[in-house]
Amino acid sequence: MNPIFILAKLTFREAIRRRILLAGFALGISFLIIYSIGLHFILIQVRQVIANSAPGQNVMNVESQNTFLMAGLYAITFLSIAMAALLGADTLAGEINSGTIQTIATKPIRRADVILGKWLGFATLLALYQLLMAGGAVLSMYIQAHYTPDHLLSGLGLIYLEALIVMTITLMCSAYFSALATGGIVFGLYGLAFIGGWIEQIGAVLHNSTAVQIGIITSLIIPSESLWRRAAFEMQTPLAGVLGISPFGASSVPSPLMVIYAIIYLCSTLGFAVRIFQKRDL
Amino acid sequence: MSVDYAIETDQLRKVFGDYAAVKSLTLQVMQGEVFGFLGPNGAGKTTSIKMLLSLTASTSGVASLLGKPVGNRDVMGRIGFLPEHFRFQEWLTANEFLLLHGQLLNMQANDLTARIDELLERVGLAEYRNKQLRTFSKGMLQRIGLAQALLNRPALVFLDEPTSGLDPVGRRLVRDIIHEVRAQGTSVFLNSHLLSEIEVTCDRVAFIRHGEVVRILDLKTLDTNQTSVTIRVSQLSAEPLAGLSQWGKDIQMDGEHISMVIQSDAVLPEITRYLVAQKGEVYAITPNRMSLEDIFIETVGKDGGL
Repeated sequence: MNPIFILAKLTFREAIRRRILLAGFALGISFLIIYSIGLHFILIQVRQVIANSAPGQNVMNVESQNTFLMAGLYAITFLSIAMAALLGADTLAGEINSGTIQTIATKPIRRADVILGKWLGFATLLALYQLLMAGGAVLSMYIQAHYTPDHLLSGLGLIYLEALIVMTITLMCSAYFSALATGGIVFGLYGLAFIGGWIEQIGAVLHNSTAVQIGIITSLIIPSESLWRRAAFEMQTPLAGVLGISPFGASSVPSPLMVIYAIIYLCSTLGFAVRIFQKRDL
Repeated sequence: MSVDYAIETDQLRKVFGDYAAVKSLTLQVMQGEVFGFLGPNGAGKTTSIKMLLSLTASTSGVASLLGKPVGNRDVMGRIGFLPEHFRFQEWLTANEFLLLHGQLLNMQANDLTARIDELLERVGLAEYRNKQLRTFSKGMLQRIGLAQALLNRPALVFLDEPTSGLDPVGRRLVRDIIHEVRAQGTSVFLNSHLLSEIEVTCDRVAFIRHGEVVRILDLKTLDTNQTSVTIRVSQLSAEPLAGLSQWGKDIQMDGEHISMVIQSDAVLPEITRYLVAQKGEVYAITPNRMSLEDIFIETVGKDGGL
């Protein structure tokens, strides 16, 4: 078997044995239960309001459903990013520190195999996690309101790409820094992207091009938040697109070019992770 | 670089900042020999091993394993390694742990399972094969680590402090296993602080100080019969002292204590008779074997090379 798959399997098994997967999934399911219950009562309320108002208000129904789903997906995106950072932070740093890596790295494999194997293992874990979480939220909405947003698959794909980017940055930092430093850096970068994203949003509403530029620059440093905004744009209702602002939507929409940039960013980060690990004294 | 050597290094050097952990390591280990690597703490032993295994890049110098430059992947498949302070995936069972390492060594599934059975039996862990490593004692971990190092029937195996954490039974087991793999033609590079262990297992031993080989000793030809003896005797004049030279050399007298080096214990009764005949009052005769420890202290110095 290819060493990348052996190590991916090992990474996956570690997450199961160390109950990381269990913790993530148990809390994920609690999240979905609360989300579904909340959705249930909100839908009742919205139906009452619509029943009491003039005809032609059906559009409000769709808008509220979309907003509530986007809010759920936004929270899920954040949880996935936390999961990505927590999974990756200790992996290399911890194994280098403890010396566990020594018996692995002295096998007839390339150092790149170690990185790629771990990456593949984490990517699979994140895919499963998002399938449960985002899939659950979408399913709950579909069952209760028979609503699915437009461009669902590309939206979820972008959210997954965002988690992959954060995980890959974490893996790269973990090849060089301690686990704690890695966690600090990754959450710091995420905060940067987050605030940059909001500056860009508000700047777009106020037609302030400097604010928008600042947002774009932070997106280039770490394109995570802009991927969320692109995902939200893909899945938003046509009306929200016309009106231009909603708390979980996108006013200043990252272009498809930003998505391509994000993919290149992901591949380069993975390349740097390999390079750093190759140079590292173990 | 010659293929006849299991390990060959030439002026291998590792510098961290402005501190040279290994100054200039030059040595050759023959194929099929058990080679001891001895030195005080901080002499650069572990760093040297890490360079040989390409865990750490050398600053300068060259090294080869089994005739190929270090880091060659084919060669990595033919060596074994038990690291110092052995750590591992503690959430794996003993069996899974060995399977993982065997798969990374690209071993065939059938061969691997048979080999795992054989090794678990050999290191005395057969009944614990389905227990997670987190439940293992330090000694058990050392044993599973040793099994891991021998999975691929290596041509060359590095053992870094293999008996630390082992009780006398475990130490005996390691010693026996080293003898067995040597009999099968495996070269062994043994880093140990336990001089008695080096003494009984190794063919040759290198003394390391500040990352340099200060002495290489062939233990097969080391004359362990050569003994120094301390005699406590009173009422003896200087004149009969000279007469002792017929049985030994390096004769020194310090008060009531005479020390000398003799070739064999067999001369001790004759010495006693001689001293008594010279009207000496003999209180004690104590032979001291020249141990590896004496040679170690003599070679690296009492300061431990600090």
